[in-house]
Amino acid sequence: MADHVDVSQGLPAEPHRATLEGKNKFLAMWCFLTGETIMFATFFGTFLGLRHQTAGGPALADLVALPLVFFMTMLLLTSSLTSVLGILAMKKNNFKAMRNYFVITVLLGFGFIGCEIYEFYHYYHAGLGYTTSAFASSFYTLVGLHGFHVLFGLGWIITLLSRYWNAGVTLTNAHKFYAASLYWHFIDVIWVFIFTVVYLLAAGGA
Amino acid sequence: MAEELSKPFDKSAMTLQERAEHSKETRIQIISFAFMIGLTVLSFLAVGTEVLATGFVVPFILLLGVIQFFLQLFYFMHLKDKDHGWPNMLFSSGLVLSAPVVISLILLLGIVKW
Repeated sequence: MADHVDVSQGLPAEPHRATLEGKNKFLAMWCFLTGETIMFATFFGTFLGLRHQTAGGPALADLVALPLVFFMTMLLLTSSLTSVLGILAMKKNNFKAMRNYFVITVLLGFGFIGCEIYEFYHYYHAGLGYTTSAFASSFYTLVGLHGFHVLFGLGWIITLLSRYWNAGVTLTNAHKFYAASLYWHFIDVIWVFIFTVVYLLAAGGA
Repeated sequence: MAEELSKPFDKSAMTLQERAEHSKETRIQIISFAFMIGLTVLSFLAVGTEVLATGFVVPFILLLGVIQFFLQLFYFMHLKDKDHGWPNMLFSSGLVLSAPVVISLILLLGIVKW
């Protein structure tokens, strides 16, 4: 065995990095997130380049409802905190608390997705179709790609929860939950830029 | 070993010192969360109240966004912790690559309009 971790005293303090598999997954996850950053950078750049090309259709400043965006931001930010608390509970071998925190994370994530679907529905009926203008396409692609990431993250966490519902914290699942929480934080990091660069910039009249 | 990997533990092997660090870490995370909420509220207020000039609001909210970005990465995603040298290297190289991507796309699509 490449990993000699002492398990006789109980769960190691850093269970997600106690095995070689966990260490590898940790590094690979960061490598993946780096690639995701660059991918999102291309979509952000495209949106910023095309944001004034409305082709006679509605602009975001005419449509955006800041209170809804603020509410969505709070949902996602809070879900990021609950997944942090979940990982902190995992390190203490407190499986039930971790499970509850991740369930709350999933519920908040679904709240976010619901708001986003409502938002897109509203924009579509206000005359902003996907092919209305270059701005519309780049907006829906950027924000929709983020929404897809949220959906994927939800599927990921739900799969882990249903598979390990009664498993307790083990050296097999600790790094899996940790990787999912890293991905979830990354979604929140991207959202910070979306609400700043997409919504607030438009509402601020820039 | 293999079967031990999927065996739950009845206790944690944390030492007293590690426990103290753990509760300190919990406190730090909650404080950084409060900071992030504050930054978010501030940037929404800066735009929503419409009392500030556009020329000031835009760099201001971008700055708040960047601060929150680093708070997320260093605190929630633990980049500040030790043993994170490789993740730091990977992610900063990602940022170094992202900067010219964003700038050149803005210039090519938005200003030069090729």
